[in-house]
Amino acid sequence: MLALIRKDLQIEFRTKETLASLLLLGLLTLVVLSFAFDPASELRAEAAPGALWVAVLFAGVLGLNRSFLSERDNDCLQGLLLCPIDRGTIYLAKTIGNFVFMLAAQMVIVPIFVFFFNLPISSALGGVLLSLALGLLGLAAIGTLFAAIAVRTRAREVMLPLLIVPLVVPLFIAGVQVTAHVLAGKPLDTVLHWLNLMGGFDAVFLVVGWLAFEYAVEE
Amino acid sequence: MSGPVVEGRGVGRRFAGVTALRDVDLSVAAGEAVAVFGPNGAGKTTLLRLLATVLRPSAGTLRLFERPLEDGGAQARRRIGLLSHRSFLYPDLTPVENLEFYARMFRVPQAAARVRDLLEQVGLAGWAHRPLRTLSRGMEQRCALARVLLHEPDLLLLDEPFSGLDLDAGTTLSGLLQRERARGSAWLMTTHEIGRAFELCTRALILVRGRLVWDGAINTAQRDQFEERYRTLTHGSDLALSHHAGADP
Amino acid sequence: MMRRWADTLLPPSSLLLMAAAIYMVFVYVPTDKVQGVVQRIFYFHVPLAFMTFVAFGTVAVASALFLWRGTRGWDRLAHSAAEVGMLFCSLVLITGPIWAKPIWGTWWTWDARLTTTLILWLIYAAYLMLRSAAGTSDQGARYAAILGVVGAIDIPIINRSVYWWRTIHPAVLITREGGSGLADPRMQATLGVCFLAFLVLFVWLVWVRNENARLRDVVEELRQQALATATRRQIQTGTA
Repeated sequence: MLALIRKDLQIEFRTKETLASLLLLGLLTLVVLSFAFDPASELRAEAAPGALWVAVLFAGVLGLNRSFLSERDNDCLQGLLLCPIDRGTIYLAKTIGNFVFMLAAQMVIVPIFVFFFNLPISSALGGVLLSLALGLLGLAAIGTLFAAIAVRTRAREVMLPLLIVPLVVPLFIAGVQVTAHVLAGKPLDTVLHWLNLMGGFDAVFLVVGWLAFEYAVEE
Repeated sequence: MSGPVVEGRGVGRRFAGVTALRDVDLSVAAGEAVAVFGPNGAGKTTLLRLLATVLRPSAGTLRLFERPLEDGGAQARRRIGLLSHRSFLYPDLTPVENLEFYARMFRVPQAAARVRDLLEQVGLAGWAHRPLRTLSRGMEQRCALARVLLHEPDLLLLDEPFSGLDLDAGTTLSGLLQRERARGSAWLMTTHEIGRAFELCTRALILVRGRLVWDGAINTAQRDQFEERYRTLTHGSDLALSHHAGADP
Repeated sequence: MMRRWADTLLPPSSLLLMAAAIYMVFVYVPTDKVQGVVQRIFYFHVPLAFMTFVAFGTVAVASALFLWRGTRGWDRLAHSAAEVGMLFCSLVLITGPIWAKPIWGTWWTWDARLTTTLILWLIYAAYLMLRSAAGTSDQGARYAAILGVVGAIDIPIINRSVYWWRTIHPAVLITREGGSGLADPRMQATLGVCFLAFLVLFVWLVWVRNENARLRDVVEELRQQALATATRRQIQTGTA
């Protein structure tokens, strides 16, 4: 499994395509959302958590599309299926890879987010990062499973967002709630139930994905 | 290895209502070199993919290395190699990186040395460190060949391996295949090139519309006989037997 | 056997029950004192909503069985249930606002149930789109089945998260009184009949759709067999 992750990282270092798209799309969304709100108004601070998560979601979904694109050339996915490993292991490796990419992109986007929306840099950021980590893990878990599916259907660009977005609504709601609370200065234990929800979601869908993946890639 | 490498009974495979393979009984022992003939769409590729465990049979039973397929699909794959039309190699990585990746996946011991060795054997030593994307198709094929031999599989499955190879590469492939056979592995090769087949193989199968219609030993002397039989059996279907210029006796 | 029963019994019973339901809703039941005439929609809305979730439950169970067993019959059932469920879901989302506007003054409320239904609608849509994009192959059916199962596991989580979301933002907090608070026995009777009517309608629609799919598969099977026989004969005459 490590070999798989290493291979994906290798390809990424060489081409940097996925990281670039994640970064740029996230940035773009933040910029556009900034225009949606008057810089002077109070609404800005209230809308900030939502804006961040919208950017995370959109960039994430579009970036996930690419994760199996690399396996399409030369039918590499079949090459992977020929290896003496379980299908579930392929899923986990891909999910971790996607998670790492998305997290890396967010490391750049979050500071810019703080910058654009003029937020105080405080210990609150720890909470934001935690919610991001949990959210991205869940997004990767569901996204990897459905990316493997979507990449082999027609209309694949449209298919993936359509499949993923309704399913990750809980993550989105939870993420925004935690971010909002934490930025407003409230301590983490007030949002413990949200964090638990995200953690539970992640656990459940990692297992489901691991089990379902073989149905998604075999013929 | 005592028992047959491949043992299939009544094997069938359907795709969305189309039956690609029907009621195939097949047994392949170690060291056998089998050529698989048949018109396009006869099910040759499907058969290979079934044997590679990439597909699961919709009917019948299949045993590989004397074990049923359900348990140890992963175990069986450790000893199987599939060479297909697509190379299964990543265009953004170099041949060395590609091969080292597969070596790691197959737990090949002393990977780096083995990779280097194989690249030399297929004649890619000079291009080992350029991204695969920049190499020609013929070179990509050679790299795929290296990939398939990396883990010294006991069952080699080759899907029209000579198509698209230049004369040189073809000779290399023949040499490598014969060496594999000497080592004791079994291989099945789908092909339209009767010359090569008779040169390398001891047994032939003919598939027509998913059915195994002929299974027997072949040798160079009976070649014309075989061609005649093939023509009769595939009467009406798309014939595509060709004669490879360099291999005509 | 069961097929014959279903074919003969379902259409007329569905028709009868629907007629009875419509009569009861529009003529029999008294007008609600508080909500007025609009309240009659409630008798359609609630059974429809219930059936939507029953439909999705069917999709989920059939999908899981299909993945486990591989028999096409389960997949056909899942697909049929999804199509009918989508229809019912759309009706819920239409009747909901029609009811809400006169009563609460807004077209849409973000309460847990309605929102979850909206997301369910999106999942239905994704399911049907996936089926059309992936074609009729076994693989396409499997993809859709995965979505069915994942969706079903997700729905309770979605519901929970939306519910928590709403209780923190009490802006337009409305919890729907679904079925309780019906004092008049005539109202209860009407609701009961409507439930039954929609249940039978659901079963009938799924049945028809399923039969359609099954027959199509049977035809395809026959075609394949004919082709195989022709090939066999051809080979036999070829080697004669």
